[in-house]
Amino acid sequence: MSVAIAVARTRDLFAATMLTGIYSLLSAGFFVVMDAVDVAFTEAAVGAGISTLLMLTTLKLTGQYESSSRPLQRIALVVISVTAGLLFYGFLDMPIFGDPAAPIHQHVAPRYIQHSAEEVGMPNIVTSVLASYRGYDTFGETVVIFTAGIGVLALLSYVRSREDVSQAALAPMQPHIILRIVSKILIPPILLFALYVQFHGDYGPGGGFQAGVIFAAAIILYAMIFGLDVTLKVVNPAVIQFLAALGVLIYASVGIVSLLSGHAFLDYSVLGHDAVHGQHWGILIVELGVGITVASVMLVIFFNFSSRVDKNQDSHS
Amino acid sequence: MEGFWFVLTSVFLISGAFLIFTGAVGVLRFPDFYTRMHASSLTDTMGSGLILTGCLLLADHEWLVMAKLVMIFLFLLLTGPTANHALVKAALHSGLKPKLGAEPS
Amino acid sequence: MISATIVAVLVSMLLALVRAFMGPSFYDRVLAVNMFGTKTVLLIALLGFLSGRPDFLDIALIYALINFISVIAILRYFEYSNRKSSIQET
Repeated sequence: MSVAIAVARTRDLFAATMLTGIYSLLSAGFFVVMDAVDVAFTEAAVGAGISTLLMLTTLKLTGQYESSSRPLQRIALVVISVTAGLLFYGFLDMPIFGDPAAPIHQHVAPRYIQHSAEEVGMPNIVTSVLASYRGYDTFGETVVIFTAGIGVLALLSYVRSREDVSQAALAPMQPHIILRIVSKILIPPILLFALYVQFHGDYGPGGGFQAGVIFAAAIILYAMIFGLDVTLKVVNPAVIQFLAALGVLIYASVGIVSLLSGHAFLDYSVLGHDAVHGQHWGILIVELGVGITVASVMLVIFFNFSSRVDKNQDSHS
Repeated sequence: MEGFWFVLTSVFLISGAFLIFTGAVGVLRFPDFYTRMHASSLTDTMGSGLILTGCLLLADHEWLVMAKLVMIFLFLLLTGPTANHALVKAALHSGLKPKLGAEPS
Repeated sequence: MISATIVAVLVSMLLALVRAFMGPSFYDRVLAVNMFGTKTVLLIALLGFLSGRPDFLDIALIYALINFISVIAILRYFEYSNRKSSIQET
């Protein structure tokens, strides 16, 4: 709470970014305390990691200090306080946290908890809820991420001027020998860990979103230390854009397959020789699609932003 | 858990906690950036090593858990000093001067 | 015993937070954030043992990773650039 106030108060956008990092660390701590392992996992990877990275890159583009003239301030204050008031008003009607008589514990949750084991056969109920019972929602989220990637591409595409970038992008951390060696040691285990998270989502916390983010984070680390142009040689941007679309395609085609064999869209039961087996396969493939899309969209966004940064630096100097 | 192992675990955990705490006090109270950095980096690495060793003793023969603990330990061992090194180097390059004592005249 | 350690870690997180608020220079904040991250890793690992669910170690590992990457990112973007002004403020 106090972190949020400090974020709002400071003019130094940079300090604000770092305090948001701390804020998401803290909230993940709360999630851990409340036993929501998967949520904490996502918050750790997405909130604390990637969003801080992207905000930093944006700051590099826009400059560090907030502009001081803000004419809309009063209207914004009114709008925000009305919204917050409404939210708190709605909050009053919510059942007390942990109240066993709350509606969520009456209908949906017991059904998931009791039938998940026999219908889906996954030890981790969160994964089965996310990918099977709520398959539509997760599909929607994946498409949203994909759309975000397309938006960034449309706004800041670097394809036009790739020649300039490859000349301008310098390997900025050349003198740091220790950093280079340590990150060389670290990147392969990170990639391996991402794969572990990807395929272990059935049994423990994890899944496509988190794994995609970790995978992207490893490559971003490489790009930051060894320079953008080297990374672009390893990871071809065209391939990444193709992969981003491929992930969504994988997810959707699972749905189409079940539709063609006479079941509902995204009903995985038809994929295996019995229903539970089919659910397993369905979730595995769908998570793979999500992971591919998330990782490649993150990389697309990062590459676009940071190639902008390098170009800006070049024109300034 | 038998008495000996319990005592050993306690010793690891408590000494780690002590180191972490002293490091935090140092970061709060020391006069300039470099001394604070000194306080935090040393105690962080050692303290987290001790605490993780204590956890390792707590995880009685669950191999996956122990392997993960060892991985976290190795990771912290590599990244902690590296990050601090990079930080100090950046600070030095940007012209942040260490606060020195009175000039010897 | 675990609880005592958790309390110590929590208190030191609080102290690191105070340092992050106070500044005064940019690098102090980075240092405090880095320290906060390490403490979070330890806290999550300990909480996992306290509640008997060592699944949490995955999260701790992620934190260690994210912490390192964000410190490197901060330095990568701000190392030789316009930080002079905020140092002179101190």
